[in-house]
Amino acid sequence: MKAQRTHILVCTGTGCVSAGAFDIMETFQKEIEKHGLQEEIDVVPTGCNGFCENGPLVLFEPEGIFYQRLKVQDVPFLVEEHCLKGRPVPTLMYTPHRKKTPIPAMKDIEFFKYQKLVALRNRGRINPEKIEDYIAFDGYLGLAKSLTEMSPEQIIEQIRISGLRGRGGAGFPTARKWQVCKEQPNSPKYLICNADEGDPGAFMDRSVLEADPHAVIEGMAIGAKAIGAEKGFVYVRMEYPLAVERMKKAIKQAEDMGLLGDDILGSGFNFKLSVAIGAGAFVCGEESALIRSIEGQVGRPRQRPPFPAQKGLWGKPTNINNVETWVNVPQIIRKGGAWFASVGTEGSKGTKIFSLVGKINNTGLVEVPMGITVREIVFGIGEGILGGKKFKAVQTGGPSGGCLPESMLDLPIDYDSLASVGSMMGSGGLIVMDEDTCMVDVARYFTNFLAGESCGKCFTCRKGLERMLEILTNICNGKGKEGDVELLEELAIMVKDTSMCGLGQTAANPTLSTIRYFRDEYDAHIKEKRCPAGFCKELITYSILEDKCIGCGACKRVCPTDSISGEKKQTHVIDTKTCIKCGACVEACKFDAINVV
Amino acid sequence: MTKLTVEDLKRIKGEAQRTVLLREGTARAKVTVFMGTCGITAGAREIMDEVLQLIMQHHLDDVIATSSGCAGLCSKEPMMAVEYRFSPPVKYIDLTREKVREIFESHVLKGEPVPEYALGVGSETMG
Repeated sequence: MKAQRTHILVCTGTGCVSAGAFDIMETFQKEIEKHGLQEEIDVVPTGCNGFCENGPLVLFEPEGIFYQRLKVQDVPFLVEEHCLKGRPVPTLMYTPHRKKTPIPAMKDIEFFKYQKLVALRNRGRINPEKIEDYIAFDGYLGLAKSLTEMSPEQIIEQIRISGLRGRGGAGFPTARKWQVCKEQPNSPKYLICNADEGDPGAFMDRSVLEADPHAVIEGMAIGAKAIGAEKGFVYVRMEYPLAVERMKKAIKQAEDMGLLGDDILGSGFNFKLSVAIGAGAFVCGEESALIRSIEGQVGRPRQRPPFPAQKGLWGKPTNINNVETWVNVPQIIRKGGAWFASVGTEGSKGTKIFSLVGKINNTGLVEVPMGITVREIVFGIGEGILGGKKFKAVQTGGPSGGCLPESMLDLPIDYDSLASVGSMMGSGGLIVMDEDTCMVDVARYFTNFLAGESCGKCFTCRKGLERMLEILTNICNGKGKEGDVELLEELAIMVKDTSMCGLGQTAANPTLSTIRYFRDEYDAHIKEKRCPAGFCKELITYSILEDKCIGCGACKRVCPTDSISGEKKQTHVIDTKTCIKCGACVEACKFDAINVV
Repeated sequence: MTKLTVEDLKRIKGEAQRTVLLREGTARAKVTVFMGTCGITAGAREIMDEVLQLIMQHHLDDVIATSSGCAGLCSKEPMMAVEYRFSPPVKYIDLTREKVREIFESHVLKGEPVPEYALGVGSETMG
């Protein structure tokens, strides 16, 4: 065997896989064999790299050269040029928006430059299906340390020093949670990893499970030792098949090596782990509903207290943490709580993963230190708004988060500052909206999602959200009345105050925060019957601007209802009676002659 | 498979680390073989082969071998550059397997360049 000189790391997260990553990987292997380079160059599948928008992605190490948007037919040329002749191929590299020079090295790209990887430290670096890769990067050393050198009290003490708070969104101090469960007299005790990620546009849990499943296992095993549990479950939804597959494979490998099961590493400590598959209901992300789902019952929340730490799975003490919380644990134990606490703000330590989506140039998964500002994420990592448009708002925390306006761009992102302005950390969704987004419609959209996902147990959440949705829909359709906004506020506060679980308690956030920061848009809809963003169909009309139209007929050809008429080289006209406001003419017109008001 | 002990875990880490070193970007030395069309015709493949074999023979886990394109001195191919940690890179010209072995023993292993085979110092930097 020869020493290897190049590793080609192919991203095989769900995003890149759906863009054809497995075909790309196979072609790389074939081409490398064709040139007889298979002994010196290795092709390695890795987890999600985060820059999903530009997939399929490939990284060449040790040079650190990053290729993106690859097609199978690019591969033979790339192998010949880069692997055989040592010439990197600039045409396949990433070029920033509105720039002309491609950036060869991944570390120099804006999207990666400001990130700090802790929870995602192994993304795009190890083969998630190979336990040896995880071990090579210090994997399971934290578990070894906690089993051989530390008492349960010492483990919890390090977690306390680290300041780690629940990454599922509520931000409860992890050490305190563990302590309560540890002190319960009943046994057996159970651990649960909450990977029931249901927010539209959020995919950090999936990405962690796919990229680094052994980190979840190690974190849970350390937690088990601290709390005194012998059995754990990873609760994943069925629509994450790749995450389920990799998690199951990782558990099998860890069992085979004696890192799970009886007498782990000869320490006498036992811990078993299995995967529980959920059907994908949003409410099952709530801990008491999730526990019922594992028990085989209908996933509905129940009154707390007693908290799961006291009475959880099958009535036994249960500690439940989110995926991202668990993967931080091994490193805290290995490097010490103080190391973790050196990053972040006073009340929120460490880093946080965000899924950055919406009207932004670079979308994807980013991990940043707590306390970074919204501006740094949107205009630094995200490289600004798509198409050079104007920033309007950013929604943090998933469907039940709040929308923050431009004046809050310099707000540091941590648990407490987000809560203080009427939003939340949530699981870490960041949806960026531009000037064309109607904020009333945003509130309507998310209220619709939440009304549909409400389990229906609490009257206020079930009926309150339904009524709110009705009013919001009316406003969007131009049927809003004076007093609607006040009624919405009253309903919203009622839903918030009188619902039992987190879903209902936060469901009013989209409505309340848009009213708080974008009241003028509500007023325009209700009083002037006008949608300032030009989005709500019932409130807008299409017309053609005489001075811009050159009479090319492009709009006329694409109009599905033949509502546009006009002679060649003459100004065209839209018949507003038959126009269905589909927007096809706006896209077809090259002269910005279609006016929407 | 038998159950692991903590020592086994550390041993596996040591072995596995060798194979993933390339992805860490830290090394004692980096050897760049110039593999433009001119380099390949002049025998750069043999040079790369030799370098990779030497790395294996010496059980090195902190030396990186990589390739680069034509360096612009086609008449002096095959060429390679050796970059020892914290020192500027040295370009070697008109290489043969024997010369590579000598350079490897002296420059890569001990950090002492071999001036008689060298073209000059500088221009390539450690990535």
